[in-house]
Amino acid sequence: MTLTDIIMAVVSVLLLGIAYLAISSKKLIKGVIFLSALSMLSVVSYVLMKAPDVALTEAVIGSGMVTALFVFTLLSIEKGEAK
Amino acid sequence: MKNLIAFVLSVALGVLMVLSLTNNDWFAQFGYVDLADRVSQSYIDKDVTGNPGEIIFGITSNPENGAANIVTSIVVDYRSFDTLGEVTVLFISALGVALLLNSQDKNKRLALNFKPNFMLRVGSRALFAIILMTGVYVILHGHLTPGGGFPGGTMIASSILLLYLADDQFRTKVKGFKLLEGVAGSFYVIIGLLGLLLATYFLQNFLPTGTVGDLLSAGVIPIVYILIGLKVGSEIAGIIDNFLTEEEVSL
Repeated sequence: MTLTDIIMAVVSVLLLGIAYLAISSKKLIKGVIFLSALSMLSVVSYVLMKAPDVALTEAVIGSGMVTALFVFTLLSIEKGEAK
Repeated sequence: MKNLIAFVLSVALGVLMVLSLTNNDWFAQFGYVDLADRVSQSYIDKDVTGNPGEIIFGITSNPENGAANIVTSIVVDYRSFDTLGEVTVLFISALGVALLLNSQDKNKRLALNFKPNFMLRVGSRALFAIILMTGVYVILHGHLTPGGGFPGGTMIASSILLLYLADDQFRTKVKGFKLLEGVAGSFYVIIGLLGLLLATYFLQNFLPTGTVGDLLSAGVIPIVYILIGLKVGSEIAGIIDNFLTEEEVSL
């Protein structure tokens, strides 16, 4: 068992755990943040699987843009409810 | 009369298609051709039209496709038409967001809950430059390293997102972004038509490809990737602006 295999196993277990946390968290903002962490970890798994193109795209879109858009939407919803 | 012409034309087209598909070496009967032998291996060896022999990084000059990155050589050269479709999909989704959120220049931007202090404003300006330059680097080296127009364009948009988050008063020029997006998309189609005119097929490479691994190589691939990067960056920056503006009239 090489070092890469160990890292891959740890990342896979963490991916499953964070995915469960993302769908089971009661607060929406927590779910969004767990989704972002899930994207970041999947970047590591893509790099280990030798797909740097996909990893780059996932890092920028999955953990950057999508998180930002979700957070903006939640902010807008909170503002609308406060009125 | 019009219906008759349409009927005759469609029947003629159907007969033409059936005639051209039967007894054609390129459309053999199902199961008689090993597609992996014909398609993917040809793309890796860069020998769809002619056989250049072994491709060596930094030595081989003027191969059929000059990209050192195989993903790029498929996405922007052999399957460039698909990429045009992807760009169109992104354009339509940006259009949908703009229609739904009723984006106008006179709309006010969403206020932040906190007042950005001096350190945050200056630090975000410095980070903005670094992220922007990384995006430009990824776009320009799309034919040599992983990445290209889509991730690079999104990086440019995320640098603008940073400015939006760190400054309460910041607002981009939405009209300029829309103009840039349209111009970049049109130039992509124009390059495709030039390929049809100067070479044989739509979006075919018509420039010399140079040495594999040089920055100025791979024919039209860097030009197309710069256009895709500008288009994607301006589209996503427009989406961010739409999300961060709100209408004056409250419901």
